[in-house]
Amino acid sequence: MSTPGETAGETVESAREMLPDNSFLIQYPHVSRVVRSLFLTAFVAFGIGAFMGVLQALHRTGIARIVESADYYTFLTLHGVLLAIVFTIFFLAGVFTWANTRSLDRPPVSKRFTWFWVVTMSAGTAMAGIAMLAGLLPSIDISADVLFTFYAPLQAHPIFYIGLAVFVIGTWLAGIDWFRQFLAWRREHPDERIPLQSFMVLTTMIMWFIATLGVAVEVVVFLIPWSLGIMPAPNPLLTRTLFWFFGHPIVYFWLMPAYLLWYTVLPKIAGGRLFSDPLARVVFVLFLLLSTPVGIHHQYLDPGIAEGFKFIAMTNTMFLLLPSLLTAFTVVASIEHGARQRGGTGYFGWLKALPWRDPAFTGMALAGLMFAAGGFSGMVNAGMNINYLVHNTLWVPGHFHLTVGTAVALSFMAGAYWLVPRITGRKLYSRPIGLFQVVLWFVGMVFMSAAMHRGGLAGIPRRTAEPQYPQVAFETVAGSVGSLRLQLAFGGVLLFVSALLFLMNVGLTAMNNKPARGLDSALPPALSGPEQSPTVLDNLKLWALIAVVLVILAYSLPLYSIVQGAGLYPAGQEASPAVIAPLLEVIA
Amino acid sequence: MHVHNYEKLWLGASLLLIVGFISTIVYGAAGAGITMVNDEGGQVNPKELGNTSGFDDPGVTKVGPNEYEVHIVALQFAFQPGTVELPANSTVTFYVTSRDVVHGFEVAGTNANTMVIPGEVSQITVEFDEPGEYGIVCHEYCGAGHHSMAAELIVREPSNFTMQDDTQTPTSGNETTNATATPTGGESA
Ligand code: HEM
Ligand SMILES: [Cu+2]
Ligand SMILES: [Cu+2]
Repeated sequence: MSTPGETAGETVESAREMLPDNSFLIQYPHVSRVVRSLFLTAFVAFGIGAFMGVLQALHRTGIARIVESADYYTFLTLHGVLLAIVFTIFFLAGVFTWANTRSLDRPPVSKRFTWFWVVTMSAGTAMAGIAMLAGLLPSIDISADVLFTFYAPLQAHPIFYIGLAVFVIGTWLAGIDWFRQFLAWRREHPDERIPLQSFMVLTTMIMWFIATLGVAVEVVVFLIPWSLGIMPAPNPLLTRTLFWFFGHPIVYFWLMPAYLLWYTVLPKIAGGRLFSDPLARVVFVLFLLLSTPVGIHHQYLDPGIAEGFKFIAMTNTMFLLLPSLLTAFTVVASIEHGARQRGGTGYFGWLKALPWRDPAFTGMALAGLMFAAGGFSGMVNAGMNINYLVHNTLWVPGHFHLTVGTAVALSFMAGAYWLVPRITGRKLYSRPIGLFQVVLWFVGMVFMSAAMHRGGLAGIPRRTAEPQYPQVAFETVAGSVGSLRLQLAFGGVLLFVSALLFLMNVGLTAMNNKPARGLDSALPPALSGPEQSPTVLDNLKLWALIAVVLVILAYSLPLYSIVQGAGLYPAGQEASPAVIAPLLEVIA
Repeated sequence: MHVHNYEKLWLGASLLLIVGFISTIVYGAAGAGITMVNDEGGQVNPKELGNTSGFDDPGVTKVGPNEYEVHIVALQFAFQPGTVELPANSTVTFYVTSRDVVHGFEVAGTNANTMVIPGEVSQITVEFDEPGEYGIVCHEYCGAGHHSMAAELIVREPSNFTMQDDTQTPTSGNETTNATATPTGGESA
């Protein structure tokens, strides 16, 4: 898309003057800076995490073993934390900061407060990161080889837990910032409907406030005092349950920014309009209500929890399918509308009229497609008694590399191709590389994830450094275990190459001296607008209240019975490895 | 609020799908009789397993004509016992607990699968119809040696099967003796 006026010597500074007045960078230079710094952290975490990913894929298949098997778990911890927590949440914070500002058309209330939460989140990440990395250096007495689920009584160094707590507090402050921004807007617009993107940000954050209570109690009340040697080891079933109280809704915390992009940006890229604004609101409200009271579905095979509680979690989980199915409908309908605007015709012929050369479009479309596949394997996980067959096997990472690893991560990469020029004023370095990269991710994931699913059905466990056990012969339904391993590793390598291409493309964009063009930040209005929907949809207090009530209903009895069972601090629990306690004994 | 006809159709189909999924699970539980691991196993003190009936001498116990109990202790990084032998055509109840951290217990390639949590006893009942050799793996990360944690399960023709420790005093009938053996101290908060 080079225009005649473009010359080699043209700098971005002078080009900024050529950006339209309503482009985001011109209107909100400061917010753009905040988003850039959040994205930078997200992408650094993504790069390191992807490197760990390819090491794992090669190591656990026995194809190339660079590290010792005992160190595998340090890499796996880094992979899980850096990708599933740091990359996703920093990127999300950038998208939400952009979306809230853009749709409310006003900046956050205080620049200092905004930087304060950015720094808080970063400081927490740095602390946890140091603890994890130190696990590779035996000379330092710090480690956090506990994976991203950190089940007690496996123990990490206190700075790991403290870092996590600081990070979560940072996300709370971010949420408060977005709410303050909204309330300031509300004072000036007392009777208007909440703009759609802001509505999505706010409902997601209410869900996050509720969900993180579980992990906050787990970490602050139990794990930090325990790792400091002040309190005894907590009830491992209780801390697991608190973890999964948060562990399922975090899935939707990853997904909601991707949905935000699908609902609001994708129709624009496709040349159309969102099909229905009210339905989008209904979907986000459903996620707010149903995301948390389902966490026990991660504990279908835990002893100490009655079957009835598992059954309730299972039914709620199934109903949580509804908002995703509705999303599939709306997104496809919106894209189809775009295609028809671009001259597409026919039952399926319209597909040809879509902007397939645009990596932002193709990336999100492929991400959506993979999400459908992930949904199906997720239904197997969710099917309580079928879960026996796949629980903690390779099937499970096979499943979530389709969901968070592709539906979310690929949407983020595609979104970055669209958003980074808007917050830097610089032209995307290369669209063909971008296009190649998103397709490569898709292909790599087809290989890796299919092999993982099939390996899981053969009983191969997840989270293990070794491809083989002397006592066990894994039997596949079709194809040999050896070919599965090759496919898994091959897919992992493609994914890693794709990740490198992405980072290179975005990095070169950030340094590109060619100015971006035509960055109109307006998004087209929905075909059915919000005015047609009941205003109760915008009653955030009401939805928050119902969400809290549902959580209390779903969790009070299970938590009560777990504490009744073994107590808060059962006798005989011991940390492994014991991090601080021996130190204290030496001092004492 | 205006809802498009296609949306209504889709909504209806989605709800039908969801109800369908729930029904298959209900069928699995009520019809096929697949029950979930639950809280029946009770609690134990992971440091007192040596004094806890069943786990003090882990292994196979015959409790009825074709019924067996197997007590298994998971620890970093092994299962005790490392080899379990059972006759085919038997109903077997596993009691599994951990001496240290969280582990997993999976008879690879079957749906005999449970988490193993220190302080809790996982109780699962499995039927073995065919002779064969199975691997048992720990499927939850439990420390640096996690990948070496596995055991063997051999299901023999009933005619080839003899209890290895017949001389041992039998545990009291069909009851799950370990389950309530040592309830731990409760809250010490
Ligand atoms: C270069 C691309 C990637 C490769 C090659 C890769 C590979 C792997 C492999 C082989 C495992 C299984 C390890 C095991 O269970 O032993 C794994 C686990 C995992 N991956 Fe990835 N992955 C990639 C990208 C991602 C992305 C983008 C995300 C999320 C945003 C992600 C999230 C996770 C998580 C949460 C786990 C589970 C960690 C655990 O069990 O504690 N991965 N990955
Ligand atoms: Cu979940
Ligand atoms: Cu293990």
